[in-house]
Amino acid sequence: MSSETKQILTTDGIPLEVSLKKAEKKNKIKAFLLVAPLLLFLIITYIFPIGEMLFRSVDDRMVTNMLPKTFKAMEKWDGKELPPEEVFEAFYLDYKFLVEKKTFGKLATQLNYEKNGFKSILKKLQRKMKKFEQGNYKEQIMNVHKRWANVEYWRAIKRRAPDITYSKYLKAMDMYENEDGKISQVSEDRRVHRILWLRTLEIAFFVTILCFLMAYPIAHLLATLPMKYSNLLMICVLLPFWTSLLVRTASWMILLQQQGIVNDFFVWIGLVGEENRPEMMYNKTGTYVAMTQILLPFMVLPLYSVMKTISPSLMRAGKSLGGTPFVAFWKVYFPLTIPGIGAGCLLVFILAIGYYITPALVGGASGTLISNQIAFHMKSTLDWSFASAMGLMLLTGVLVIYWIYNKLVGVDNIKLG
Amino acid sequence: MSKNSEFVKFDKVDKSYDGKVLVVKDLNLDISEGEFITMLGPSGSGKTTCLMMLAGFETPTNGEIYLDSNPISNIPPHKRGIGMVFQNYALFPHMTVYENLAFPLKVRKVSKDDIDKKVDKALSMVSLTGFENRMPGQLSGGQQQRVAVARALVFDPAVVLMDEPLGALDKNLRESMQYEIKHIHESIGVTVVYVTHDQGEALTMSNRIAVFNDGKVQQLSSPDKLYEEPVNSFVAEFIGENNTFQGEVSDISNGKCKVKLKEGEIVANPINVKSKGDKTTVSIRPERALINPSQKMDNNYKGKIEEVIYHGDHTRVRLNVLGNSDFILKVPNSSQNIDIKLGNTINISWNSTDARALDPK
Repeated sequence: MSSETKQILTTDGIPLEVSLKKAEKKNKIKAFLLVAPLLLFLIITYIFPIGEMLFRSVDDRMVTNMLPKTFKAMEKWDGKELPPEEVFEAFYLDYKFLVEKKTFGKLATQLNYEKNGFKSILKKLQRKMKKFEQGNYKEQIMNVHKRWANVEYWRAIKRRAPDITYSKYLKAMDMYENEDGKISQVSEDRRVHRILWLRTLEIAFFVTILCFLMAYPIAHLLATLPMKYSNLLMICVLLPFWTSLLVRTASWMILLQQQGIVNDFFVWIGLVGEENRPEMMYNKTGTYVAMTQILLPFMVLPLYSVMKTISPSLMRAGKSLGGTPFVAFWKVYFPLTIPGIGAGCLLVFILAIGYYITPALVGGASGTLISNQIAFHMKSTLDWSFASAMGLMLLTGVLVIYWIYNKLVGVDNIKLG
Repeated sequence: MSKNSEFVKFDKVDKSYDGKVLVVKDLNLDISEGEFITMLGPSGSGKTTCLMMLAGFETPTNGEIYLDSNPISNIPPHKRGIGMVFQNYALFPHMTVYENLAFPLKVRKVSKDDIDKKVDKALSMVSLTGFENRMPGQLSGGQQQRVAVARALVFDPAVVLMDEPLGALDKNLRESMQYEIKHIHESIGVTVVYVTHDQGEALTMSNRIAVFNDGKVQQLSSPDKLYEEPVNSFVAEFIGENNTFQGEVSDISNGKCKVKLKEGEIVANPINVKSKGDKTTVSIRPERALINPSQKMDNNYKGKIEEVIYHGDHTRVRLNVLGNSDFILKVPNSSQNIDIKLGNTINISWNSTDARALDPK
């Protein structure tokens, strides 16, 4: 008995499976065409930029391409003592070519990222190079500046030889690969990034907690009040949502500044003296207050949509079965809101760790987050690869949180509305 | 053991939600221990409000409710010890059947062994043994219903309230559940207050039925009395079918009255009429009017058949009698004697005791 004898045929004699596939094919194509624009859009606006970012954060071909001869000559050098004459000669030729093409400035910037002090000695070299004689370049270059005779600078150049580097990631963690190729920490007074990462996580965490504590009662009210009141309350929740982020942040600035309304009020009720008005802005307090207010709707809405589906008779059942109002809430109502809590917290936390405008405006020095640092490197230092590296680390962080959430609560349980 | 005939007592209870309209008006109702009492009425008649006041989710605007002679208006719901079965079951969806049933016992700090025993007992009572670890979502409507009943009974409450518990079930299941709940009530003797708008359900299950309308109890009596002897035209209309004639009393004597209709006159049993000239609605149950009866009756008329509807076990015949073209007769299909055809004229008769002269509509 082969499988063919069992095959079911349609009335026209075509095998049923073939016929079914044929009939389904049209629908499948239609379905694909329907989602195709979105898919294309996602690829162009999301997948591609992220791929580009990943590539940029590790791409190190710029220096490699600028100093081809040098790196070839360096292959044999063990890096323990000063490189031999061939390396100096190759470097001279490469640099001369760059000077003629007037692109040597980029090399200076790149090498300066690697080790401070490159910029000035490369400039000096460019000036003195014109008078260089043929041969014995080692001697001549070393005479330009004493740093050229320091082996560490040559090691720094060699470190830039590979096409791919993860130095930006190390830098974002306040670490670097030292001369011996070992990963070590930068000196204590220069560890800025780690503080920023921790502060970002801390602020995102507490903003999430604050949002949760404030949103839960609001959402409960929204879900249980009669229609005419709940609509009004809903508008109150959504109205700030419809207002420009910038306007809202600016209004917090008016409220929170030292001569602002909140401080005036504190002085008026005698809580603080006129001379020592507390600073509520340009520090963490400002960031907490403004971010909590701005992210609150993202917590209220998922909670509301879940609470709306919980029948009021469940609480009544809990009470009629002998549970005190607290027991009925804690054992019956609260567990049923967990999908909403999960969705809201995940949403607020993810939004908070990437928040930019609000901390930039009200955060001051002690209230800025990692995103402000990313923006700084995008706009001011133009070190895009470093910004990309930090951006990707942020993205990875979000994915990790998502994964943990999935393990703990289960993504299937999320209810966004 | 003497049973307390005022186990639950509504004493002059009024209820208003908005201060303008009374949903429940001057309710006085005594429920005796172990009784199965049904509050029956159309929606908006105040029956569910009464139940909610008894459960403690609403407070009476005026008056007092007593449970075993203790006023309970100021006792919160969780301290009343009243079991309740909700309209949509209200099973806790995140708990298993076992946890649902254990909930009322756990909050009462019952020991683990006793909880197991009681849950077992309650589940076997509703024939759901073996379903302990199912989630409510995995049960059919009827099974969820049974769990809800078991949960309301598992902590041995003195009173169990049921708020249209069978409303969401299909007809066959509803009927079998009616018997099941009735049998559970008979076997454990708990006091049940049952709310429904389904008269069939009320007639099948109850010891007594309180018919609600417009915030008032219209009649409180046993099912058979309610059906046979309605005290006013609302009850007559609401319970079962009835044929009505509007008219005016022309003579009243010896427990009988003559009612003058637009066309003709009938002899009726005066219930809500006192003197000559009273307007009245005369109500006659369809099965009390017979075609060509063998014994003599004091109301005999001719009717023209306007419609014949076949109903399996019986045939419904719509007649035009004394100017009322909606007069319904139920003819058992075994009676072959009569010539029931559209347009024929037949003789129908009924006893004046079955024609109840009630209040005018």
